[in-house]
Amino acid sequence: MTPQVFAFYLFAIACVGGGLFTVIARNPVHSVLWLILAFLSAAGLFVLLGAEFVAMLLVIVYVGAVAVLFLFVVMMLDVDFAELKAEMAKYMPLALLIGVVILMQLALAFGVWTTAEGVTMAVAPDAIIGVGRHNTDVLGRVLYDQYFLLFQLAGLILLVAMVGAIVLTLRHRDWVKRQDVLQQMYRDPAKAMVLKDVKSGQGL
Amino acid sequence: MESLLIQYLPILIFLGIAIVFSLVFVGAAVLIARQNPDEEKLSAYECGFEAFEDSRHQFDVRFYLVAILFIIFDLEVAFLFPWAVALGSIGVFGFWSMMIFLGVLTVGFVYEWNKGALEWE
Repeated sequence: MTPQVFAFYLFAIACVGGGLFTVIARNPVHSVLWLILAFLSAAGLFVLLGAEFVAMLLVIVYVGAVAVLFLFVVMMLDVDFAELKAEMAKYMPLALLIGVVILMQLALAFGVWTTAEGVTMAVAPDAIIGVGRHNTDVLGRVLYDQYFLLFQLAGLILLVAMVGAIVLTLRHRDWVKRQDVLQQMYRDPAKAMVLKDVKSGQGL
Repeated sequence: MESLLIQYLPILIFLGIAIVFSLVFVGAAVLIARQNPDEEKLSAYECGFEAFEDSRHQFDVRFYLVAILFIIFDLEVAFLFPWAVALGSIGVFGFWSMMIFLGVLTVGFVYEWNKGALEWE
């Protein structure tokens, strides 16, 4: 068994196991931790495929940001686990239906899978991109002009996500006093303080 | 392909060492240490007080907003990496393609700033 095969089985088992425990873990926070294991193992699998950039992106974006978001969401939900368990049987048929539909969609997508013209499917990326040219470079060569439209659409989707998140969650609290830096700086010190000469025993 | 994976071999070795060490430490603690748990030892300990409430209570939704804004700019930076590497070969069109992308996100950034989403209050 070469190290490559060993690493493949290590990451593949960790990935499937992580996914499985994400679903069956009782505590949602533990689920997110298992999900992080699945992400990291998938990154390892991408490295084995030769897709270094995608692997590093998976670590930076999914483990670094998306998993943190999931943790926040899980913690924000005020969940009572006993209550959840009791209600699970009620939603089971619906959940099964959705699961079967997604499975069928995946099978359909896999059934009609074709590659675009001029694209060669290869197991070893070196065969197409050539030795000495790395992943990030090859990706950058096609992403910004050949796939211009998709790239700009990605930008628009990010914009919509940003605006949507702000519209949905931003609530200003009126009773909180906020700092206004400009107002502080433009304040005239001469008007801010008055010195009074108070005579003894008289007061103001 | 092989040459690429050879460069990752040290990481695999480190990973193996890390897994072995963590198994050894956790396993040794389970096997060797004397364990005699009781209710007082297992309960949450909060500076000598009884724990006031469950540690699991609702977070403010603002944490979610900060996290999602972080993800968006994280992705923007992720798109910048291949662009920066390949800038020499994609020419003027590639350059302006990225400028449009950044411009679109800057619109969002200005909106966010003016709405006060970056302020914590």
